[in-house]
Amino acid sequence: MRLGVLCSIVRKEEKLIFEAFRERGVDFEKIDDRELVLDLHRRSFPWDIVLERAVNHARALHTLKLFNDRGLPTINTWDVANVCGDKVLTTNALVRARVPTPKTIVAYTPESALSAIETLGYPVVLKPAVGSWGRLVARANDQHAAEALLEHKQILGSYHHSIFYIQEYVEKSGRDIRAFVVGNETICAIYRMSDHWITNTARGATTANCPVTDELNEICVAAANAVGGGILAVDVFETEHGLQVNEVNYTMEFRNSIDVTGVPIHERIVDYTLAVGEASVPTA
Amino acid sequence: MPKCLDCDADIILKPDVEAGEIVDCPDCGTEFEVRSLDPVKLDHAPQEEEDWGE
Repeated sequence: MRLGVLCSIVRKEEKLIFEAFRERGVDFEKIDDRELVLDLHRRSFPWDIVLERAVNHARALHTLKLFNDRGLPTINTWDVANVCGDKVLTTNALVRARVPTPKTIVAYTPESALSAIETLGYPVVLKPAVGSWGRLVARANDQHAAEALLEHKQILGSYHHSIFYIQEYVEKSGRDIRAFVVGNETICAIYRMSDHWITNTARGATTANCPVTDELNEICVAAANAVGGGILAVDVFETEHGLQVNEVNYTMEFRNSIDVTGVPIHERIVDYTLAVGEASVPTA
Repeated sequence: MPKCLDCDADIILKPDVEAGEIVDCPDCGTEFEVRSLDPVKLDHAPQEEEDWGE
């Protein structure tokens, strides 16, 4: 099997994955997206399967599309990356699959956005449709804050900030859940705890093991399948109405979760990649 | 031994270092990317871009 790993900088996660492939005696080619030159007239690529681990969403998205359209399977697929890379599409997929998720409204002008916010009630959370690590996520506690935020987004933001993704504020009592799904199994989960209302570990949240209950496994697998399935990290809120899925991530980071959960997430990623790769290689 | 491009301190690479890995200068804390292993070549680590992340 000719295995490729699409990446650029090598984070702790990629290093662990590389080590796990080597320990299994599996050869792989590191595909550095900074060195890629992709001829759109090309009909094929020299790999049987590619594991996507790129830090740049835009590069990953385009590369996966070119690979998949030429019959090259990838983990994850372009469809999954496309849905997960855009919060509007993610929430839409969750709602279509009847996976519980916070109330969310999309609007395209500051005026319609303010009207939408008034229907949700304060506080609300505004997020860029495309973005990660909690960047530019903002909470508006009242109309004055919302008006200022909307004006700033319109005047200072790039074009995709004019797509207003407005989510009801969910009181999460200082923590949320990050669950890791591989195929049809939630392999482990962590609590992310912070005094700040944003609980990304990239923003300094601390972590603790979260037992994977049947309820958690069910909603996380449903969320993963709603966006197309594969290797996914699902962010879950514990609310008074039960569990709700906030986001689904397609190039998940897990360096802070291996020791906490005791689950070698990188090895599960490698096992899944090899299984999908072997299944996709035509037999003679 | 590679040296920090900013403060000239020695940067000790672990034996299992990967091309593409990010390493820190022990003295000034500047981040570098290991651009190649043979020969060892360091460059300033890329700055976070708007579409970086999960």
